[in-house]
Parts: sequence; C-alpha cells; structure tokens
Amino acid sequence: MSIGLPPYAEILRVSVEVEAGAPPVLVMPFADDVLGRPGFLHGGAISGLLEMAAIAALQHALEAEGANGSDPRIKPVNVTVDFMRGGRDKPTRAAGVVTRLGTRVANVEATAWQDERDKPIAAARMNYLIVRD
Amino acid sequence: MAGFDPQWFATRGFGGHGAALGMRYHAHGDDWAELALPYDERLIGDPASGVIASGPIITMMDMATSLAIWIKRNAFVPHATLDLRVDYLRPATPGKTVIGRGECYRITRSIAFVRGQAHDGDPNDPLAHVAGTFMVVGDVAGMGLNRRIEA
Repeated sequence: MSIGLPPYAEILRVSVEVEAGAPPVLVMPFADDVLGRPGFLHGGAISGLLEMAAIAALQHALEAEGANGSDPRIKPVNVTVDFMRGGRDKPTRAAGVVTRLGTRVANVEATAWQDERDKPIAAARMNYLIVRD
Repeated sequence: MAGFDPQWFATRGFGGHGAALGMRYHAHGDDWAELALPYDERLIGDPASGVIASGPIITMMDMATSLAIWIKRNAFVPHATLDLRVDYLRPATPGKTVIGRGECYRITRSIAFVRGQAHDGDPNDPLAHVAGTFMVVGDVAGMGLNRRIEA
C-alpha cells in the first residue's frame, strides 16, 4: 500500500511501520526539533503525529474499500486532542482507527504511546470530509 | 522572575519545535497573544496544493494560547495542555503568513481556559478556530499564584 507522507513529516522525522493488513503505525523519534518545555515533546508535534496517523489509517481503509479506482480526497473538518502524559526522551508511536467510514464523512480516532500501547500519552478524535469524484 | 513579558520571551527564541517551524512573536494585549508562522515549503501537508499541514497550526495555537495564559497570570507558570480542539474552517493560502491569536478568557488556581483563531491576513476570514484547557503542573500553592488569581 502507499502512504504518502508530506514534507511536514520530515520535520517530525516520522517513519512508517507497516504490518500486513493492519493500519500503519507511525514512529517519531525524540529530537530537539519536536521539543516543547525542556525534556518534553511539544503538544503540537504530538498532535501533528496523531493527525498523520489518522490520515494514514483513513487512506488504509479507503484502499481496503476498493474505492473503484477513484482516489478520494480527504479534508480535515476538526480535531480534538487529549493529552494524558508528558512525552519523554524516547520514540513515540501513533496509530489510527477508523470508527466509521461513510460516503462523505469519516470518524477516526488516533492514539500516541511510548512504552506501552495501552498507556497512551495522547489521543485524538477527528472528523474528515471525503470527496469522491 | 517578576511579571511576564511575551516579547522578551520570544526574543529568546521559541526553541525546540517552535523554532523548527519558524514561529515568531507578532503582538499581544492584556489577555491575548499573536504569533506568526511564515509560509515555508517544509511545512506543506498537501504537496498537490502546497497548503501547509495542520500540525504546525496546532503548534502555533498551543503556543499562542500558552502565552495568553502567562500574560494573564503575569507569570511564567509551567503548564501542560489538557485538551485542544481545532476546527479547520478553510485551508491556509499557500505563500501567506499565518497569524495565530490565542486568548485566555478564564483562569482558576490550576486550570486555564483558552480560545483562539488563525487567519492569513484578514482576521474576519479565519482559517481555524481553537478551544482548549491547560493545567498548571507541579505545586500550585507554592507558586504564589493564589492572591493574583483570586484578586
């Protein structure tokens, strides 16, 4: 499958871990360029990672759906991010789950974690408009 | 440090992620702050259109609302973002600087409530709207905040 990461992903140094059939997991290393207060990740960098994970999951779901060869465009409507734990000096992973994929709207949730997947450092809910030609 | 001067804060540079994005101070008032994010191809989220990604806008709004809180508290009190909601009203115009205005409309001992908007030239034609909350980290009572907040 194809996951198009934008130039912005390079600032976050995001890479993609793909397991067959599963939505992709994005990995962001700890670096000065994603720091907020000293020693902690910036909330904006975590949000950026979560949004990319959500879009990657949505692209994955759209490909699985077949989409009849068309290439639907994805437009973000809004995002709500909850921050649960500070992001420390270690890699951060994020993955999205498409809760509902309709013809015009997709609801996606994404979580970001460091040590254990069930101890998220942040989570986001997003609504996307899907434009099918 | 007595008081909080966002311009002085900004001249030290935002460091970290803010510096990586090229974020700059723009203006401030009693309970608000504006930051500027000049257009940069490194920030692009949609290569086909050249529109910048939403991540840098969230980062700017997180920082602008943070500054608004420190201005309102008149002190640099470390805090953490509890939650932040962003409505994307329209895409940012490629090539234009995005201005992010954060406002702190309510503070309590430990929580600050914020809202803000981002635009790319015309404040009456915003591209994003945000609402969020921040929480003071560490010892609230030991920070000498009570008197100021309850006043």
